[in-house]
Amino acid sequence: MPGVHDRGGWPTDEMIDRSDHIWMDWEYKTHALVGALRFRELMNTDELRRGIEAIPSEDYEASSYYERWSRSLETILTEKGVLSTQEIDTKVKELEGRWESDS
Amino acid sequence: MNTKFSPGQVVRVRPDAHDGHHRTPWFIKGKMGRIHSVAGEFFNPESRAYGGDGLPKQLLYAVEFEQRDVWATEYRGPDSDTLVVDIYEHWLVKAN
Repeated sequence: MPGVHDRGGWPTDEMIDRSDHIWMDWEYKTHALVGALRFRELMNTDELRRGIEAIPSEDYEASSYYERWSRSLETILTEKGVLSTQEIDTKVKELEGRWESDS
Repeated sequence: MNTKFSPGQVVRVRPDAHDGHHRTPWFIKGKMGRIHSVAGEFFNPESRAYGGDGLPKQLLYAVEFEQRDVWATEYRGPDSDTLVVDIYEHWLVKAN
């Protein structure tokens, strides 16, 4: 069986949604972050892809394009010890707090 | 570049399963095609995906397949339709 990302030729009766959508800020930022990490040689495209391919199939199907990128970023950066899961969680909590106090 | 295959040569894609990251789509494994052109030499993604240096660089070919050979009777387009897939040299063997 091919991996969940290896899609070519999978049978489907569903129409392919070809409509474009407006990118959210965090999606631009995710793309830019990968660019910056490549430039600093902290990760490369092959690692990004490998991290995406490692997403369990149920989560893969439920995720958007940049959600997959973002999840792979976390996988690769924690694996390399650039960031820890705890540091990411702490920062997310802090930002959530800021968001709530602003609104 | 010391290429193993030349444009026009008939090749077969290795049918091997591969658990790790690789760029050979499943639907083209085991199929016969013809070398269309040499795309160049690139870092090996199978090593680069795991923190390796990707060396030695691998030759990448554009390989042309008949759609009819790839999809058999499921293919409803004209017989003349072809498909070009980028495949690294180590995934190709000489046909026959």
